[in-house]
Amino acid sequence: MEKNKLQNIENWLDERFDLTPIKKLITHKKVPIHNHSVWYYMGGISLFLFIVQVLSGLLLLMYYIPGEDNAYESVQFIVTKVDFGWLVRNIHSWSANMMVFFVFLHMFSVFFTKAFKKPRELTWVSGFLLLLLALGFGFSGYLLPWNELAFFATKVGTDIVGVVPFIGDAIKVVLRGGDDVTGATLSRFFGIHVAILPALFSVFLVIHLIFVQKQGMSEPEHFEKLDESKKKYIPFFPNFVLQDALLWIIVLIILLSLTLFFPWELGLKADALASAPIGIKPEWYFMFMFETLKLLPANILFIEGEVFGILAFGLAGVIWLFIPFINFSKKKELNNKIIRWIGIFAILYIVIFTIKGYLI
Amino acid sequence: MGTNRRKFLNSLLGIGGIGALSAIIYPIMSYLVPPKIAEVKVNSLKVGPVSDFANINSKIVKFGRTPVILLKDNQGNFKALSATCTHLDCIVQFDNEQQQILCACHGGRYDLTGKNVSGPPPKPLKEFNVNIIDNEIRITSQEA
Repeated sequence: MEKNKLQNIENWLDERFDLTPIKKLITHKKVPIHNHSVWYYMGGISLFLFIVQVLSGLLLLMYYIPGEDNAYESVQFIVTKVDFGWLVRNIHSWSANMMVFFVFLHMFSVFFTKAFKKPRELTWVSGFLLLLLALGFGFSGYLLPWNELAFFATKVGTDIVGVVPFIGDAIKVVLRGGDDVTGATLSRFFGIHVAILPALFSVFLVIHLIFVQKQGMSEPEHFEKLDESKKKYIPFFPNFVLQDALLWIIVLIILLSLTLFFPWELGLKADALASAPIGIKPEWYFMFMFETLKLLPANILFIEGEVFGILAFGLAGVIWLFIPFINFSKKKELNNKIIRWIGIFAILYIVIFTIKGYLI
Repeated sequence: MGTNRRKFLNSLLGIGGIGALSAIIYPIMSYLVPPKIAEVKVNSLKVGPVSDFANINSKIVKFGRTPVILLKDNQGNFKALSATCTHLDCIVQFDNEQQQILCACHGGRYDLTGKNVSGPPPKPLKEFNVNIIDNEIRITSQEA
């Protein structure tokens, strides 16, 4: 009886919207099983955390008031007066950090398994753009509680944009809504955080997911070379989907544990006339850049140290974005080796400088 | 002839398209640049009586739109410098122990004349004049 009803609904939909491609995808898609299969789940976890972000963000919007005089107070109201407000804010903050972490993990796993190779170059490009947008979410959202740390992080962050030659100053003024970080900056960052970035992110996310579904799971080289009879697969539906769902539940438990045991502090309200507090630090995912800028001397060759640093990071980002299109050597073996070493260098650099930022 | 006419129409369409696009983009870009708000030019600022500094060594005050740090060194001399770090725009503070000015954001340091002495700041802090008239501290711009 129930099955008949479902069948009827399916037929009704099928007559109006051809469901064949979706059915085909569900029945035919398969996931390779090998030593590195665990990395296939990282993208799914990132997607799950993004969904948590959207839902908790929508709830925060019900009470949050942008503006120099209201932002801090409204967040204070959310965490102290609104029922479960503390929970929603902590979930939003923690899931944001976890999302960035898993997106990084997803990106490096794709990099080291060389899953960006033809025909997946554009999946890599759209994925990297999603990472940049996620960092944009982190940066713009950080200011919204209008506290001391956020104020200085935004001052430094927008000033960094300002050092980009020729266009930097104009972008800085547009981002800040003036020469300084003020209530105007807060209004702009609010708009960027809740409207512009979600719109852009959704577009690139859809493109990214369409690519992933069209191309299927990437098979690493050692798996590709195996004899067909030795290759093992599991069906995408229901096996992989159920495993994915189980992982999502585990991630949700970790998220809730972090939320309960390590609540996010609100700190002091931003004051334009207060000195930057001792020990001020950016979000962990910007720490390696922060530490680099700290170490660079005032002048390198004929340019200022920070300009040199920003240009170097910009160049590294461009190389990273276009890595699937770059051939470092005609010899495949050597090319693979160079790519592997670039990845190892990038991870070591990020990890060492991040640890240094917290410990030294 | 037909091809020429097609080419001509295509170019016309292209130019029209670029024109239409510019007509959309230009107002948006202009809208995003905040209008300059006329500000009152400040040349002098009364900070308060010297006795305010009996127990403190530094205070940050707003000189027009510029944060200025007013310092009292070990000898009791006053000094006023721009409080905005020349590295990346953070607000500096007085390190009484080292008798230096410190920016906590990236660890930049300046001496009490405002000269950048260590860390990433590329330039010295701008100096302001300090005058004490009738026991009251006044800061004036050096350009005034």
